[in-house]
Amino acid sequence: MTKQLQARRLDGIDHNPWVEFVKLASEADVVNLGQGFPDFPPPDFAVEAFQHAVSGDFMLNQYTKAFGYPPLTKILASFFGKLLGQDIDPLKNVLVTVGAYGALFTAFQALVDEGDEVIIIEPFFDCYEPMTLMAGGRPVFVSLKPSPNQDGELDSSSSWQLDPTELASKFTSRTKALILNTPNNPLGKVFSRAELELVASLCQQHDVVCITDEVYQWLVYDGCQHVSIATLPGMWERTLTIGSAGKTFSATGWKVGWVLGPDSLLKHLRTMHQNSIFHCPTQAQAAVAQSFEREQLHFGQPSSYFVQLPQAIQRCRDHMIQSLKSVGLRPVIPQGSYFLITDISEFKSKMPNLPGAADEPYDRRFVKWMIKNKGLMAIPVSIFCSVPHQKLFDHYIRFCFMKVKDRPGGGKTSSSLPMPPAGVGRGVGPICVGAG
Amino acid sequence: MFLARGRLCTLGSRPKFLKTICASKILGLSTSAKMSLKFKNAKRIEGLDSNVWIEFTKLAADPSVVNLGQGLPDISPPVYVKEELSKIAAIDSLNQYTRGFGHPSLVKALSCLYEKFYQNQINPNKEILVTVGAYGSLFNAIQGLIDEGDEVIVIVPFYDCYEPMVRMAGAIPVFIPLRSKLVDGKKWSSSDWTLDPQELASKFNSKTKAIILNTPHNPLGKVYTKEELQVIADLCIKYDTLCISDEVYEWLVYTGNKHFKIATFPGMWERTITIGSAGKTFSVTGWKLGWSIGPKHLIKHLQTVQQNTVYTCATPLQEALAQALWIDIKRMNDPECYFNSLPKELEVKRNRMVHLLESVGLKPIVPDGGYFIIADVSLLDTDLSDMKNSNEPYDYKFVKWMTKNKKLSAIPVSAFCNAETKLQFEKFVRFCFIKKDSTLDAAEEIIKAWSRLKF
Repeated sequence: MTKQLQARRLDGIDHNPWVEFVKLASEADVVNLGQGFPDFPPPDFAVEAFQHAVSGDFMLNQYTKAFGYPPLTKILASFFGKLLGQDIDPLKNVLVTVGAYGALFTAFQALVDEGDEVIIIEPFFDCYEPMTLMAGGRPVFVSLKPSPNQDGELDSSSSWQLDPTELASKFTSRTKALILNTPNNPLGKVFSRAELELVASLCQQHDVVCITDEVYQWLVYDGCQHVSIATLPGMWERTLTIGSAGKTFSATGWKVGWVLGPDSLLKHLRTMHQNSIFHCPTQAQAAVAQSFEREQLHFGQPSSYFVQLPQAIQRCRDHMIQSLKSVGLRPVIPQGSYFLITDISEFKSKMPNLPGAADEPYDRRFVKWMIKNKGLMAIPVSIFCSVPHQKLFDHYIRFCFMKVKDRPGGGKTSSSLPMPPAGVGRGVGPICVGAG
Repeated sequence: MFLARGRLCTLGSRPKFLKTICASKILGLSTSAKMSLKFKNAKRIEGLDSNVWIEFTKLAADPSVVNLGQGLPDISPPVYVKEELSKIAAIDSLNQYTRGFGHPSLVKALSCLYEKFYQNQINPNKEILVTVGAYGSLFNAIQGLIDEGDEVIVIVPFYDCYEPMVRMAGAIPVFIPLRSKLVDGKKWSSSDWTLDPQELASKFNSKTKAIILNTPHNPLGKVYTKEELQVIADLCIKYDTLCISDEVYEWLVYTGNKHFKIATFPGMWERTITIGSAGKTFSVTGWKLGWSIGPKHLIKHLQTVQQNTVYTCATPLQEALAQALWIDIKRMNDPECYFNSLPKELEVKRNRMVHLLESVGLKPIVPDGGYFIIADVSLLDTDLSDMKNSNEPYDYKFVKWMTKNKKLSAIPVSAFCNAETKLQFEKFVRFCFIKKDSTLDAAEEIIKAWSRLKF
């Protein structure tokens, strides 16, 4: 072909760093603490729900309603209606999507126009930038920054904050949306009510849509509270709240997500949805509906998965923190999510010249070295940053602690909940040996 | 209410009072005019909000209506397909993310299946992409390869999403209708509907980025012949145009007809994306899995779209599909193979529908493939004067009337036309026949009773 083959909307978004790292991990025999998915099963009730969906009524093998399988939109409306203190209509205020990833894409495409600005808080889940670009938008970055550390104690994700003046300066008359992620990937920060109030007041002042990615909403630790910005005064009418069955029920392979919001915004997402994929798979939606129905009955009780999971994962988190400390790394204690980041400055000073391309950020070169030489995979945090700011974050790598395999005893337990992963210490230990 | 709150707001003279008493709700209201401007949709979806399916599936949702509208099988998928999915539901590792561009065992199975039809081997990682239904493949292909200002040739009637997807990409759809030759005495067949080669050639120019082909065709059921495809291929090569070939009904071809893949024609592999569907292949439309097959220099752009849209498709469904494909790949020449048994089953239903429609004075166009049949309803001369919305095309009104009064639903064929050609097809209505016998029996009852009323 003589003309440019691909559409210009793909300019600058064809490269995906994951492809490289996932390929590397699959080639070597590594302990994979990189990619964010559990290595333990979904809870029994969710597995049963899926089995029920695929072996019951054979008509579940056919198309369902385009905007969401009715029992799912119904339970999402009722469950989140209570949580968000809103009267949520399953037909007008809920849209089911192919994962939260699909929800994000639908929202950007429905609302972001050529030249619109989108405020993205760094570090950010990496798809926000290319999705903004693909919609013709202009990403405007503002960084979370760690507060100076007083007493040599480990940092917490809570000490990473936005400068209010700096944040305010990012809003212009062209700002269409701000994308918020709480709990945050990769940092694990859980935005406090006060921090959300700041964001909310700026969104209202500048009439901006808030797209809030809350996929890790149940994974909060140390008594931290997840706050949905849509519950703040004046925010429901300008907020799209995105959730994920994959993260909620430890079943990332089901690829069911949703958006909740006012009809005035959702109607545009519906238009986008009906002209992109139209329907989502029926049976996975049926399984998610049944799983939420079960959780609604147990809500707030010790038997609730949303209570048990964070308790179990907190133990995994704490175990990983201890393991990383024991080898001289400095993890940032996350308040939520499946991830933590750890400072590798010491390695950077001891081994500054790791192989890699000339301008390749240090953390990427370090991760490749670690995969090759230590059989351990993590994700370089510079992937979650805008190009101009990569140098600020090139001494951090991200670990996922939703992992339990490689336990010395081996095998599954009868409970579907994870035990602290002994394998983490085993994988991390060897780094220390190499560094010295 | 607005005024009252606004008044309350001005009760306090101090700005501080305004800030505290006038909760953001009021702020929201007073800026609502401004809000509605800012909350406007992105231009790319302007004018694309209406959708024929949303409208008509609502109508047919009444359980007393015999639904021959939407292309949704009410027959069970094959037993082994259901069994595979059941088995897979018990395998833990399949509950987490798989490879974004397609689950490894699935792309391998697809590569193995389709290599039988193409002269070249198909690289499962670079030349195949698994998408959210064939719908998703169409979206990825158009978003990946069609730019603002490009022209895309669309053959009328067309599966309704082609036009909005092309417009969403900022491109210009260029329409060309299939035209029927006069049929006297013999049965009207989908093969009587053809493209005029000169008219088709006139639609191509230097701005033509792609042509969208659909064979077997929805709604007509036309199966393009080798010669017809050669005309299209020659033009694609001459004008250096891409071909997006929607072949979801590829297995549903009836006696005396053969499905040809345009990508296998000389000079076409390098410029064609061929789209397939699990939903149509195995009667599992709710699995929403489709695939695009093509040369890596094209597929890579669809993969770029994928990594920025859904990233990956559901794992357990992909594994189940792979297993189902292996079962049938091993017995391609066997009558038990679903790719052979389904068209046999459907040909019987097709013939039944043809007979039924003819018996009540409708003029069906016998489809050579697919699972739809369209019929000219004008001979019934139904009185639709009490139908509101008199500016709707005849077939829209007819279908609504028929759903309401005869409890039988179908889809108006003008829904598959652009604004300018709607009148050409407004006397045609589309019926879906991938329905169990009891559904077709119920349709037969209705149609027979209807014909008795006439005489």
